[in-house]
Order: sequence, then structure tokens, then C-alpha cells
Amino acid sequence: MSRIREAFTHGKAFIPFITAGYPDLQTTREVVRAAQEGGADLIELGIPFSDPTAEGPVIQTANVIALQGGITTDKVLDFVKDLREKQGITVPLVFMTYANVVYSYGKGGAEAFLSRARDAGIDGLILADVPFEEKEEFDPLCREAGIDLISMIAPTSEERIRMIAESSTGFLYVVSSLGVTGVRSEIRTDIGTITEKIRSFTDTPCAVGFGISTPEMARKMAEVSDGAIVGSAIIKLIAESGKDAAPRVGAYVKAMKDAIRDL
Amino acid sequence: MADERGRFGVFGGQYIPETLMNAVNELEEAYTHFRKDPDFIRELEQLYREVANRPSRLYYAKKMTEDLGGAKIYLKREDLNFTGAHKINNVLGQALLAKKMGKTRLIAETGAGQHGVATATAAAMFGMECVVFMGKVDTERQALNVYKMRLLGTKVVPVTSGTATLKDAVSEAFREWTNRIADTHYCLGSVMGPHPFPTIVRDFQSVISREIKSQMLEKEGRLPDAVYACVGGGSNAIGSFYHFIDDPSVQLIGCEAAGRGVDTFETAATISTGKLGIFHGMKSLFCQNEYGQIAPVYSISAGLDYPGIGPEHANLHALGRARYIPVTDEQAVQAFEYTSRMEGIIPAIESSHAIYAGMEDAKKMSRDKVIVITVSGRGDKDCAAVARYRGEDISL
Repeated sequence: MSRIREAFTHGKAFIPFITAGYPDLQTTREVVRAAQEGGADLIELGIPFSDPTAEGPVIQTANVIALQGGITTDKVLDFVKDLREKQGITVPLVFMTYANVVYSYGKGGAEAFLSRARDAGIDGLILADVPFEEKEEFDPLCREAGIDLISMIAPTSEERIRMIAESSTGFLYVVSSLGVTGVRSEIRTDIGTITEKIRSFTDTPCAVGFGISTPEMARKMAEVSDGAIVGSAIIKLIAESGKDAAPRVGAYVKAMKDAIRDL
Repeated sequence: MADERGRFGVFGGQYIPETLMNAVNELEEAYTHFRKDPDFIRELEQLYREVANRPSRLYYAKKMTEDLGGAKIYLKREDLNFTGAHKINNVLGQALLAKKMGKTRLIAETGAGQHGVATATAAAMFGMECVVFMGKVDTERQALNVYKMRLLGTKVVPVTSGTATLKDAVSEAFREWTNRIADTHYCLGSVMGPHPFPTIVRDFQSVISREIKSQMLEKEGRLPDAVYACVGGGSNAIGSFYHFIDDPSVQLIGCEAAGRGVDTFETAATISTGKLGIFHGMKSLFCQNEYGQIAPVYSISAGLDYPGIGPEHANLHALGRARYIPVTDEQAVQAFEYTSRMEGIIPAIESSHAIYAGMEDAKKMSRDKVIVITVSGRGDKDCAAVARYRGEDISL
């Protein structure tokens, strides 16, 4: 069983998203540790991109600040290696970024990026701007590196669900709503129907993200899926508390995991 | 030509979030149907004639030709189109297509504001709601076009993210489309973005080269030796080139915005300084750093101030079929002033990049050669910026 699949064997999974290097790598290190201690089953680490077209204002700002602080892909790769070797981070780690960060990685492109990511201890990769039609560009390289390329399913996917689900690896990222990332007051999509359809084609676990911020919303989403993903709400906590964000993020992760663990 | 997955050689593709995939598939399906639908073709031709004021003139620039002393220079007058630029060709096509698809709302990005004004105009005509995204920096340097769009009933959203210019307006338009798909068509303004946009926009703009070809045969009884057009994303250029691609005797020259020079960081010359990458839905050439972060670009021209280039151009470059040359702010301003003085035509600062390159080449060519330069738009919108460039403040 891949490490990512294993992450879904401790009750419903809670998956926090953290932008690497926001506001600096020292803070990210403490936040990742707090998230693992709080019970995160898997952590998505965002590699900042200059033009994150699938993100709302909160994560856009985190990307800008991280890049202004001098973060680079190489620094993030070294950071992950350190997490694994010296910081006791054992939870599965998945990179979330954009195609060009991987494709145009200056020291050898996607192949070199993926082999370095694997060596650092990364388990999976999510590329927000690579749909099913373009995944052949990355999927064989990911398989070779032993990294799961995570696919997304959106409320608009409809009859596309089958082909995406049938070729999925790791887990499936179910996008809860139309639009970009960001906190929403409610989620109106009928997620249950989507996950039911997914389950008729694959046993790959599916976690729901986009717009989730409260334990109640996480419960509602986890009831009909295998887990909940939270990004903007966590980045907001980091925005508010800056370098002292780790304890708040840790407590938040614990509250969220507690809310969904035994569903 | 693009293959069925929207590739021009290795360039193109559909690098977009899953949420938008059904929308682009629906668009492709509709376009595949309507491009061959006799009613659609008839309606579009009527719009070109009655609204856009087509065919646009192929004007013999006699004074310029005599003054420069070389090749005979013709100007393709897209600046005389309704709304003042080539942008209307694409917008009328896409708005008609959107209407046939049952869409009631158009969104668009704009750089200089020409595409925004064209889209706002079509929306007013077709009775559609319209929202235009424009970099905040551009709303300031093109305030007149912002006012025009509002006058036409369009909501203009100033975009403050990133460099607050054209690329950020494109990003924001994509974000908005992800948010609201069912009733909304994204009326993309250039031959860029995910398939099928580069093909759709190219087809609607190819009317330019179709007309040049027949007008040139009528006036000179032959094909031109070279065609010049400015390139940001590349829509007026691909429109000017398209029907000559299979005529090897016709040189195709795209003129990129070099800003303060291709050896500076203040440039937008993608072919000269960019690398292969993936951004805004397409694989193409982009100005970027060693980590694939998109570089801030600069040009005096808001319409060419974009870090990428359409995939079909990237392919024409790779094949060696078209040549792309950088033209600086200073050179474009010189051409802007020269054309105004010599021919009484005030060209857009974007088009002035192509005029400069055409002028330089014409001087070196013999008198029996004939070249065509596409004047993609009119320059009223640029007078204040050029005056400022020359140290004069004419803001009212």
C-alpha cells in the first residue's frame, strides 16, 4: 500500500495545505510539525508560483510573500529533505503547485524535479493546471519516480469522472465548488452524488477541498467522502499570527481531525 | 494547423484546471459545428461588413515609400475598423458563437483596452452582460478606454495582483470563468490560452490575410514579398500571416516589444528572451526565470506587455516559417511619429513596432519589392503616453 493510501486508514483523513516559505521557511517548519502533532493524516505543501491562476486572494498573497522572501524550488526541496531527516516528519507529504514550476525546473526539468522530490521524501504531486488530457506529460515520470500524481474532480466533471477515477493514483482531490480556492460560507454542490459515482469506478480514496473552514463543514464533506482538505483557512491563521502561527494551526488541525475522525 | 488536441507542433494544449475542462470542450464542440454552419458564416460576414466596416483598406503609403527609397509599402488599415483595431474581428465571431451557445454574459481581459472596448461594444450590441478585467497599471495608462467600456455598459475590474498588467488580467479572467461557467463565455482576446482558443481567434482574425491577398493581387497582380505585424499574444500577426503560410515567397515578420532592449530586464520580447514553458493554458515560449516563475515584463505598449506568445507563433518560429524581431520603445515611438507626419495616420503604439521593422527593411530592399505592414489599431489612445515619453504632459 502506498504511503498516501495508508493516510486514509486512520478514520476520515484531515489534510491541511500549507504554502512553503510563508511567511518564511522557519515558520513553515514549525507549522508542519504542529500539523503532524495535531493529527494531520497528510500534508499538502504548496510550492509558490508567480501566477497561481487557481487560487483565491488568500493563497495568492501567500505565494507573493513567499517569493518576495526569496523562496525557490530548490529551497523547498532542501526544506523537505530536512523535514524528513532531522525534524521527525513522517506524515505523507504531497507537493501542490503549477505545471511550469515542475516542467521548467531549471536543473533538468520535470524528470530532475521528480527525482529530487522523491529523494527528499515527497509522496505525491498535485498540479492545479494539469487536467486528465495533459497528464501523460507528467504521469510516466511520476510513476518512474514513485510519486503519485493526484488528479482532481470538479463539480463540472460529470461524464469525465469515469476516466479520471479509473486512472487515479494516491487519492482523488474532489473540488467542492466552482471558482478558485478560498473560504466559503457554505458548499452547495451535491458532493455525495459525485463521490458515489467515483466509488463506482475506483477504490482510490477521495478527499474534498475548496471552501472548507469549520469543523461542521469538514464533517459534512467527510461524511460523504474519505477526508477533508483545508487550505485558505489555515493560510489565514498564518497571515494573522505570522511567525507565531504554529500553536494555532496545531490546535486547529486537532479540532478538525477530531470532528471527522470517527465518521 | 492545430491537431485534434490543439497542438501546433509541441506547442499549445489545454493546461487548465479540471473545473474548466467541460467548458472548453463545449466551446470546441460548438465551434466545430458553427464554423461550417452556413447561417453562422452568413451572419458573421454580415457583421464584418455592416459593423466592423470590412474589408479594411490596403493603403499605398506613397510618401513613406518615396522617402525611404526602397520597397513599396502598403499599410493594412485595421485601424479603420469599428472600435479602432483588429480586435473587433475576433470579438464579433466569439460573441456570435457565444450567443448561439446560449451564453448571456461575456468576460474578457484587456491590455491596452482595445479588446475590452471591442468586447464591451459587442456585448452592448448583442444585449449581453459584460465584465472586463484590466491590470490596474493599464487602467491608468489607458484611462480613455476604461471610460469607453463603462460608457458601453461594461463593468471594468482593475486587477491589482502580480504586475497589474495584461498577464494578471488574463489570470483574473480565467479565475472568474472558473467561478461562473454556465451562462458565461470567456471572450479571449488573443491567439493564446488553452485549445480551442488559439484556433478560434486565429480563424476569426485570418480575414486580415484573406483580404490582403486579394487586395494585393488586385493592386499589384502579385503576392507581397513580406508581411509585418506586431506580436504580443499574436492575434493581428497570425491574422496577417495565415493565408500566406503556404506561400513560401512571402516572408512573415513578427515584431515583438523589446521595451528598453532585449539585453535589459525591461522587455517583453518573448521569442528573443523566453524559454519553453507552460502557462495560461498553453505550452509555448515564456519570459521566466530558472525556476519557471513568470518574469515581469515591460513595454511602452500595454497591448504587447505580455510574457508569452501564442502557440502557433512559437511553432512558426520553431519551423523557421516566420521571423520574430525585437523593436524597442524608442524605435516604436519614432515610427509612431514618422507615420503620423508622413501619411497623416496615427498608428497604435503596438502597430508602430511593426511599422518600424517594415521601414528599416524597406530601406534595404529594391524598389521592385512590395511589403505589407498591418496597422493593427489607431493611436489616439497612445498620444498621452507618447507625449509623456517625449517629456510633455498633455493630460487634461
